[in-house]
Amino acid sequence: MNLAYLAYKNMISKPLNLLMSLLLLLLSVSLVTFVLQLSQQLGGQLSRNIAPFDMVVGAKGSPLQLVLSSILHLDAPTGNIKLKDIAQLQKHPFVQHAIPVSYGDNYKSFRILGTGHDYLTLYNAQLSEGILNKESFEAVAGSIVAQRLGLQVGDNFISSHGLADSGGNVHDEHPFVLKGILKPTGSVVDQLLITNLESIWEAHDHDDARHQEENLLENGNHKKGAKVGEELHREKEITSLLVKFKSPLGMIQLPRFINENTTMQAALPGFEVQRLMGLLGSGVQTINGIALAILLVSALSIFISLLKTIRERKQELALLRIYGLRTGQLFRLVLLEGLFLALIGFVLGWLLGRLAIWAVSQYTQVSYGYGLRVNGPEIFEFFLLGLILLLAAIATLLASRSIYNLNVAKTLSNA
Amino acid sequence: MVATSNLTYAYKNEEILVFPDIELSTGQHLLVLGPSGVGKTTFLYLMAGLLPPFGGNVSIAGMELNSLSRNQMDTFRGEHIGLIFQQYHFITSLNVLDNLRLRQSFTKNMNDPQRRKELMERLGLSEHLNKKVATLSQGQQQRLSIALGLIHKPKIIFADEPTSNLDDFNCAQVLELLREEAGICGSSLLIITHDQRVMSHFQNQVML
Repeated sequence: MNLAYLAYKNMISKPLNLLMSLLLLLLSVSLVTFVLQLSQQLGGQLSRNIAPFDMVVGAKGSPLQLVLSSILHLDAPTGNIKLKDIAQLQKHPFVQHAIPVSYGDNYKSFRILGTGHDYLTLYNAQLSEGILNKESFEAVAGSIVAQRLGLQVGDNFISSHGLADSGGNVHDEHPFVLKGILKPTGSVVDQLLITNLESIWEAHDHDDARHQEENLLENGNHKKGAKVGEELHREKEITSLLVKFKSPLGMIQLPRFINENTTMQAALPGFEVQRLMGLLGSGVQTINGIALAILLVSALSIFISLLKTIRERKQELALLRIYGLRTGQLFRLVLLEGLFLALIGFVLGWLLGRLAIWAVSQYTQVSYGYGLRVNGPEIFEFFLLGLILLLAAIATLLASRSIYNLNVAKTLSNA
Repeated sequence: MVATSNLTYAYKNEEILVFPDIELSTGQHLLVLGPSGVGKTTFLYLMAGLLPPFGGNVSIAGMELNSLSRNQMDTFRGEHIGLIFQQYHFITSLNVLDNLRLRQSFTKNMNDPQRRKELMERLGLSEHLNKKVATLSQGQQQRLSIALGLIHKPKIIFADEPTSNLDDFNCAQVLELLREEAGICGSSLLIITHDQRVMSHFQNQVML
């Protein structure tokens, strides 16, 4: 028999003490790992999604809303801009890519985005089957869309009006044909159905006559349809223009120029996302602070629990000295018990944290189209484990000082 | 095997206790008799190296206990000395078998299952190996306590009042058991008691 076995037996011999110390540890570990995973994955997804673009040009309104709607596809757009207004911008020497996007329809809650193939190129999206869309009313589907809706290459689908599935108002004259399915990219592309700009325009040209009146009653979220049909035939509109600069000078000059001299608005995704993460970051710090406090309380609880145990087991420790164990081995015995506790608490807490990520992912996947990954252990979490083991070791050593002064003769005769 | 010379001990603010010199050769048995309060248990603890003497010497198997450090004493005691207490001491989180294995684990002749099996059979505890110690009857606990004192085949077995809680019949049985097992191990046996019933069982006696 070795010390580890005895330490383990001792640990489980007091289930209530064990439960109390474990619960506190479990709570703090799961809280820290959960919140960290959440903010990391959120930040990672945001920065992955905005990475291809330096600037978004759209209708005036909130810059955050423009970024959220046009790049992350989380919000409603701020409005439309005229194609002719951006023609100059597309040829500007500072601009590397300027990709017009147009949207406003959905198929079963997944957004249909009208854009060019360079949009897919910038997100490194590649086909996993089928071919790219060429003609109007041909589309390719992001991996998550295809998987969740069970779409196959060659399937037909009918878009409906608006950004969420409302059931009514379908563009039934124009069924789309699915030409291809994309490989997973880990970006927003996975959640989109992508077609060309013309499909969006044509769908609405035809619908306009029919839906004019009801569309006028709708609020401004979807202005495309609200325009009078005639005008729309003459002036093509898009929702926004996604821009990648060739030179950093563009970042300095163009946004200011657009905001001051045109009816459009330029927003910087990097800046807006940083602002958003700043807000989120203070929340994360608060929760981490709380988790740290719980961690200290759990170390205190391990300390008290071991202190009590050592007092109760004083005679057994004296007996072990009779059995030939040295003082150092008694220390090791108690230390092992504390470390076991810390290790079990950490592992269970870690699992609980990941379970929570999985549960939240189920919800966000349905509500926002963004899922979270259940990742393996991260380097930071090994540091956390180290910190917890260290705290447990300190708590144990403080609790076991009396072992050094253990008077075997006296302890055994005072039975 | 065991020899003491000029052994004295003093508790705080109390008179110095002076103990007689004894000498016990291998396999020999000795009874130390005396009324309560004359320091019988103290004498035993001094001989087992559990208390440092005020003056004098103890040597066991040729080893001067004074010359051993605290850690060396623990190792030496674990290996060569067996202790049987008036009150039973067990590790309560372990079952009977694990208590015995534990006693064998930190000595040189590690983990001897054969010895364990034979001893348990002789003491009638074979049926109870997987029980928690606390669920054993008084008599079973007494026998387990004896087993823990000698399973590692010590050179000397010290027994402190092993019969004080027993009726006449059980008293005779336990003494017989001790004598028998000490014989099997080839151990010397030193019993400390105030129990007059024990006197008739041992010829070699010292009065304290």
